[in-house]
Amino acid sequence: SSHEHKLNFKKSKEVCLSYIQDAMLQKQWKRAAEFLTFYIESLEKDFSTEYMGPSEIIWRIGTEILCHHPHSSMKEFNFFTEQMKTLGVKRYLKVCLEHAFHLLCNGLTDEAYQNLSLAESWRFGEQTAIQDKEMKLIQAYRGLLDYYSWSKQKNILLEHGQDGFEDFSVEQEMHSCFRKAAVNLKEIIKIPGVWDIFVKCYVDLLEFYGDHNEALQVLNEYAYNSKFPANPNAHVYLYQFLKRHGESKKSLLSALKILHDIVPSHELMIDFNTMLQKSKKRKKRQLALEVIFAALDYASWKENVKAWSCLAKQVKQIVISEKHLDWIKQEWTSRKDWWPAFHFSRYLAKRNWQENERLSYEKALVAGILLGKDCKYFKYVSHQGCKAQVKRFRILKRFVNKHNPVYLRISG
Amino acid sequence: RDFNERCAQCSEVNWGLTDGGRFYCRSCHNVTEITREVVNTDFISNARIQTISKGLRKQEKTDEGCEWYVCEGFQLVLKKQAEALEALGVCRQMKDDILCNFWRRYLQKSKQAYCNRPAAETVKALSVCDSSTDVDSEPERPSLLHLLSLSESEGDLQTDCSFASSTSKVSESTSVCSGSVDGSLYLMKNQKEKLRMTMPMTLSFCYMALLWLREPMTLSDLLRFVVEGHIPYFNVFQHFPEKMKLCGLDLKIFCVESWPVYEEVYKKMLELAAFLDLPRFPDITDSCFLHPDMLCMKYLMEANLPDELHNWTCRVVKKICIGEADFLTLVPGNKSTRNVKYDVLAAAVIVVVLKLLFLLDDHYEWLLSDFAEERNKNNKEGGPYFEFKKWYKVIKCSLDVEQKKLDEERAKYLWRCEKPLFYSAKKKSKVLKRRQMVVNLQNQFGKLSGSVQPAEKPNPSSFQLSWSEENTDGSCFHGHSLKGILQEKCGLLTAMNPDYWLCTVKLCNEKLCGHLAHYREVDFPQSYHFVLRLFSFLLRIQPSYIHDEVCVIEHKLFNKKLCKKPKYNTCLRK
Repeated sequence: SSHEHKLNFKKSKEVCLSYIQDAMLQKQWKRAAEFLTFYIESLEKDFSTEYMGPSEIIWRIGTEILCHHPHSSMKEFNFFTEQMKTLGVKRYLKVCLEHAFHLLCNGLTDEAYQNLSLAESWRFGEQTAIQDKEMKLIQAYRGLLDYYSWSKQKNILLEHGQDGFEDFSVEQEMHSCFRKAAVNLKEIIKIPGVWDIFVKCYVDLLEFYGDHNEALQVLNEYAYNSKFPANPNAHVYLYQFLKRHGESKKSLLSALKILHDIVPSHELMIDFNTMLQKSKKRKKRQLALEVIFAALDYASWKENVKAWSCLAKQVKQIVISEKHLDWIKQEWTSRKDWWPAFHFSRYLAKRNWQENERLSYEKALVAGILLGKDCKYFKYVSHQGCKAQVKRFRILKRFVNKHNPVYLRISG
Repeated sequence: RDFNERCAQCSEVNWGLTDGGRFYCRSCHNVTEITREVVNTDFISNARIQTISKGLRKQEKTDEGCEWYVCEGFQLVLKKQAEALEALGVCRQMKDDILCNFWRRYLQKSKQAYCNRPAAETVKALSVCDSSTDVDSEPERPSLLHLLSLSESEGDLQTDCSFASSTSKVSESTSVCSGSVDGSLYLMKNQKEKLRMTMPMTLSFCYMALLWLREPMTLSDLLRFVVEGHIPYFNVFQHFPEKMKLCGLDLKIFCVESWPVYEEVYKKMLELAAFLDLPRFPDITDSCFLHPDMLCMKYLMEANLPDELHNWTCRVVKKICIGEADFLTLVPGNKSTRNVKYDVLAAAVIVVVLKLLFLLDDHYEWLLSDFAEERNKNNKEGGPYFEFKKWYKVIKCSLDVEQKKLDEERAKYLWRCEKPLFYSAKKKSKVLKRRQMVVNLQNQFGKLSGSVQPAEKPNPSSFQLSWSEENTDGSCFHGHSLKGILQEKCGLLTAMNPDYWLCTVKLCNEKLCGHLAHYREVDFPQSYHFVLRLFSFLLRIQPSYIHDEVCVIEHKLFNKKLCKKPKYNTCLRK
């Protein structure tokens, strides 16, 4: 390693920064603070051409240190952040926002609210327009805090209502919070983005005051407007809303269809499959099979009894009716190379049998149909089940033996 | 010097002059109110000299400060540096006689003072920029930014422009762009032929004076003291009197934000000596500190090597005639003689001696060490034999520790001081606010640093590593004997090692590529690199500089053999 004996301001600060970073990575907060004190003078020499200048670096590093340092306190943090706010006007709102987040994370909701309100009233020439996005976020989060206030008031009212008290002032405050919250939340969700929490809260407000149309419109926009980034949660919220309000099966299914396309492993796929199986339309029932197979492609579903029982039920039904075996064939073609090792190994057979008899039952049924009676999984489980004299396993064994030729047709 | 009154306080007659031109008593430092009008009868006096000698008594704009010229600033810097050197033990002659005279000679040669028509005459038209008539008559009036971007390597200072440039369009009618009268002129004209004064050059002046006096301070020592803060160099404007306002372009001239570089200071010193038409410097004889025999002794001690090696270094020095006064003494302007870097030379001699005795090919030195270890077992009387392995372990450990400390110091180096800089009066409040914030933040995080106190300036010491023979852990090798690696031949002790490898077969042409040799760590044995690294640390210079010097010495030493042109560039039989 060649040790340079030259040194200039820029180089020494670069080196200093690397010491700070090392200390932080090793969680040596005192050491990081120590080196930061030597880095700080670079504020007097703002490298305005660089991507990230000293003031931003100091803000971020200082924040990190103050979050973790054992001798740090909220007071220290606040003092520091206030200094940072005056440091760079271009970053003012961002610092305010992060300050508010930090206060919230520490449970200081009132302080956070004050901060956000203060930031909302900030004006600085053309900067105000440039930092429009941050401003919207600040307003949105303030709106969110208004929502929480509203929620608290609502609960108080409900309690009092139960006790028979009427509380006019609380009610008034509650409505005022609602208005404040609604205005800001509505604004932010107009902008394309991921606003799960804002949407949920806004919808909650609308539902309470009975504005179902608006709520539905908001949810539809959030889910279907192509300008918004693809967000599975949007569809989940929509589905839940529709379900709450007893909407038609058709609309429920279309909401879930998109969810299946985006996140085939979503937990709502069980519901989806169940609803589809009940449908009179053939296409829907085929889709059901598709959906449940797709869900079980994912490791998170491997030991889910419900999922396997859905699949088993449908497979059984198809086999008995002897119609639409081609559906199974279609799903199985792309899976027959890897599902056996993934789901139906001998090891899994043993484990499933030991840990969850029901699970092994459902899986054994599927395995028996798809892989035949001689497959490892089925043989082991059915043998164990019969040995243990569990009735359904005997029935299962007979069923699979009877329909063994099916496997040959499926596996082609 | 014709003031003969007795001092009111101590009754002595021992007067000196302050900056302000007042008499002060050297014995008790009592400052009088009596000032002195200087009329230098040697030269034709003009307003310039009076300004310098009178000091800063002209106060035309009382709230803004006074007029001052750039060279006055440098004069002040040199004075402060000389005082600091005096505090370090350098003889007083340096400040009052030598440096002073060098400086005056410089001013004379560069036509800034003590001469008929100083170049500064044209200054007035440019620098006082609040009259519009001047503007009309100077079409190529440079903009503030243009001046800032000129030549000098202080590129970092450009970024201070962000305080000045982004909003300010320096309009023609704004007030002066520098606190000094001739700041803009100073930067503008290409004064290479006149050797324009810079901050690094102040160190060249100092070194030149030290060399003239043959003081026991090498250039690497001097530069190390600068970096350690014992000699004013960074933020030297703190020492300027209140009235001497620094702003704008003065910053570019007087503010340094990089460590002085050995090569640069040395080269400038040579240029300076030639420029000033100095005669041959006082001889460096073998009783001088800078003589290789002396310096080798010092470095051997510092490197924790046996004293007995000194015999060998002296032998090498004698053999290649680098101990001669004619070789060692500086003769300015003489391009035929190679100029001597005393510290590098001494270090290189030691490296060569180590190669002679231990070969340092990553193989032999360890074998030899084992051999010495064996012999040590039977060695009952006298001191222990020197074992390379043991020495290596001790030194490596210390070196790593010290290097790590040095690296951390580099990371912790502070460049700014309490007195803030600003380009223009307009930016003053912003700069002051920033400074206040910096101080606040430093305090806040300083408290969170734990028990670490800001390190006091270490006491200046000429030795960076020290070893004591009183240590019972055997970590001091000064008294160790080389007998373990020597053998008797014809009644003389010679090295057991019969071989030698040259660092390079052929020296490069310095004029073409700037170096005599090219050092790459991977091309050489690790032991060799280790030794270079050790001296590189002590001298605070790149290993390649020492390597260059080693090559030169080797070529002198093995001159005869080289002329025979051996086929392979590795081993040589001695």
